[in-house]
Amino acid sequence: MGSLFDELKFRDPERARALSEALRREVEAAGRTISLMHVCGSHEQAIARFGLRAAFPRGLDVIMGPGCPVCVTDTPEVDEAVALAAQGARLCTYGDMLRLPGTVKSLADVQSDGADVEVVYSVTQAVEIARARPGEQVVFFASGFETTAVATAAVLLAGVPENFSVLSSHKYVPAAMDVVSEMKETNIEGFIAAGHAATITGWGIFEPFAARTRTPVVVAGFEPLDVLAAVLELVRLVRARRPEVMNCYPRCVSREGNGPALEKLWKVFDVVAGNWRGIARVPRGNLELRPEWDHVNARRRFRIDTTAVGGASRNLLAEHCICGSIMSGLARPSDCPIFGKECRPDSPVGACMVSSEGSCKIWHVYGGPPDLKEVA
Amino acid sequence: MCLGVPGKVLSISDDGMSAQVDFFGVQKELRLDIVDVPVVVGDYVLNHVGFAIRRIPPEEVGETLALFDQILKEAAADDLMAADVRGEMAAGRSAPGDDGSGRG
Repeated sequence: MGSLFDELKFRDPERARALSEALRREVEAAGRTISLMHVCGSHEQAIARFGLRAAFPRGLDVIMGPGCPVCVTDTPEVDEAVALAAQGARLCTYGDMLRLPGTVKSLADVQSDGADVEVVYSVTQAVEIARARPGEQVVFFASGFETTAVATAAVLLAGVPENFSVLSSHKYVPAAMDVVSEMKETNIEGFIAAGHAATITGWGIFEPFAARTRTPVVVAGFEPLDVLAAVLELVRLVRARRPEVMNCYPRCVSREGNGPALEKLWKVFDVVAGNWRGIARVPRGNLELRPEWDHVNARRRFRIDTTAVGGASRNLLAEHCICGSIMSGLARPSDCPIFGKECRPDSPVGACMVSSEGSCKIWHVYGGPPDLKEVA
Repeated sequence: MCLGVPGKVLSISDDGMSAQVDFFGVQKELRLDIVDVPVVVGDYVLNHVGFAIRRIPPEEVGETLALFDQILKEAAADDLMAADVRGEMAAGRSAPGDDGSGRG
């Protein structure tokens, strides 16, 4: 494949400057600070990696909300996986989940104790492991938003061996926006929706939210100019008081989304209430297997005894962790007293420092607060 | 994990359930269970955790590839976006002779 650098109209510096200047004029004309939220770790990666906050004017705050499904996975869910591994099941999960702290232990801890824990890149790899080890119980600890849940649904519908089960910690994107919009302390005036999650659900799914909360939503891609253009459109919608949904990522997102994938998703999963770590009980926050899938649901199939791994936390540092406030948009990673000190990617205290989609890890890797540079 | 990665369909299995896909020189087998529309050889698809989740319209392929091309070429060893992209590539089933790391 040849270089595509001559096609980079999505990274053209002239267009970036023009967008940045248009954004500055819009925010200046508003005459107040406008706070926008995105709910996707990949957006925070793009913003930090490409230094986009330097192109945002004063008076514009772009905050990362609860857009990291690993980060909002609650400690009792980790405890269930840790207990299953300690009880002798072979636990397979995505890499980000390995060091996510449970009440007392993470899966990495129980792995060093001798339990069988395997990192997989795809649920299909977990199914292959189950096929290769018919004498063992293989449990897939499933994380991710609906984009990832459709893959879990597809393997169940295609048929899995008898010794394979799913411990679902899948989360539902629209709930992430609901939970923030209902917090009185936040003053988010517009949302940037995650491009690839919307590939599955379609942008139409955000219309009821926009109408109900009177908050505009813009679907954005991950190129620097994708993000800048989406932020500009969102500021314009905010200023015009138009609570609409705009699709700024038409090359990957349609209004209806991926029909075949959605059909499979809802055949297997239901939206249920769940606790999100550090945030709240979220009424439509989790994706759980429907009752007809009880035979592959690890929660129904096994007696999971978390008493040995639950109980009072022994991690005194965790009391200083402000991940919940960070994910709610009330604080920034640099506001946390242990950020970059006791809490680092090699020894994470809070969930946001574990995942590559966690805002603390992203800020830490890309050099601290990525918006230190001010544009005059 | 939210970032799908685009690749080119090289061949499709006889049962139509999977495809060999080239990702920037690394070949992987992807499942086609949940792709939005049927794909043919030469199409580009977006891969997430070993599944094609969207056929990328041909006129939009260049724009979609550019970001990933740059990330993989210039990324430092600890770059998070590059690591996520490589993780997505590793999610496909390895083709014969590939070490499965997705770092080909």
